[in-house]
Amino acid sequence: MMFDPQVIIEKLPEIGSGLFVTLWLWIAGVLGGVVAGFVVATARRFGGKIVNAVLGTIVEMLRGTPFLIQIFLLYYGGPFVGLMLDPIPCGLIGLTVYSAAYYSEVFRAGYASVPVGHVEAAECLGMTRSQTISRIQIPEMALIVLPPSINLAIILLKESAVLSIITVPELTATVSAIGSQQYAFLEAIFILAIVYWVIVELTDRLGRMAENRLSRLRFSKA
Amino acid sequence: MTLKLFTLLLEAALSTLGISLVSIAIGFVIAMLLSAALLSGKSVYILPARLFISFFRGVPLLVQLLLIYTLLPVIGINVPGIVAAIIGLSLCTAAYQAENLRGGFASVPRGLIEAADVAGFTGAQTFARIRAPIAIRLTFPALVNEAIMILKSSSLVSVVGIIEITKMAQDLASSTYQPIPIFASAALIYFVINSAIALLGRYAERSLKGASA
Repeated sequence: MMFDPQVIIEKLPEIGSGLFVTLWLWIAGVLGGVVAGFVVATARRFGGKIVNAVLGTIVEMLRGTPFLIQIFLLYYGGPFVGLMLDPIPCGLIGLTVYSAAYYSEVFRAGYASVPVGHVEAAECLGMTRSQTISRIQIPEMALIVLPPSINLAIILLKESAVLSIITVPELTATVSAIGSQQYAFLEAIFILAIVYWVIVELTDRLGRMAENRLSRLRFSKA
Repeated sequence: MTLKLFTLLLEAALSTLGISLVSIAIGFVIAMLLSAALLSGKSVYILPARLFISFFRGVPLLVQLLLIYTLLPVIGINVPGIVAAIIGLSLCTAAYQAENLRGGFASVPRGLIEAADVAGFTGAQTFARIRAPIAIRLTFPALVNEAIMILKSSSLVSVVGIIEITKMAQDLASSTYQPIPIFASAALIYFVINSAIALLGRYAERSLKGASA
């Protein structure tokens, strides 16, 4: 066979719009997941036994089942309970909920990593709980939660490809559609793989740079 | 949702389990080869191994599966879809397992390797008898996690038409028009299998610790 990427390269504008959808879904999903995950982790830590048990069960359910099944449940099951969602909002909600479950575990480990003595010291100094969280616990856990957070963000970028199955017009859906139309499916998938690979490597590098800066900042002030 | 539908899902679960187990096992063998290459100290082996790990960890599994599924026939390898699916899952999990093992190999005490060296072990013997057993024991919890990840990821092989839980659920949902109970049951089956793996893993971890003590 002839490997002819030309036919795909002609479609760059379309690929660009697919990439744009992937990137914004990914960033919104990660940011939403970080915020919701932090709220869940905080609620589990300070909300008492019942809240902890209920949220813990939901998190375990989300972590123990495939993302694809969750998306199917939301997309095909939603209309039966009055939740009619277009593919993009459905994908965004699915990705955010899924990432929130994983981020809540990252922050749970983060809370656990802060020495109890520091929290007690803050309490003795008369800090309120929100002050303790924002001034002691968040800064102290930042360096601990950064590497798993970056890893998780990379995993989520790759999971977002699954959204092509419910026809979200993101990168995978766009490029494989072009491939089928142009009878150049292999070339299309190959280019697709390279694009993801580059984004993942870049994110990884950025993450490591952020880690270095954060650790310098921390030790210089100590 | 009748018992008959649930039984069909359970039967499909056997296929999910089979695909996942075979892929984890093949992936483990490849991961060992990759680790041996990374530890060989020769860049002819190190660079390809690094490239392999970076690629399979950097590209979505769905894209890898589509790539393998289209690439194999083009280069003249005609295999049933299920074989292509297992190849895809195996290569992907091999990269992740190799990355996990890297940490294990890094924590093998230097003195043990030197001792093996002094005792006249060849490089291959040191790898097989000293480094690998210790690295595997150290990274066992990560291996259990990886098994759970692969079990979940195996849902993606439904896209290339393999009948397993997800594909079966999709077919049943569209033919019975009851997506909620069917997808929820499929989710439940995955959840139960994963919980069982996690439990078995913790049990095995304890007995491994007993063995090393």
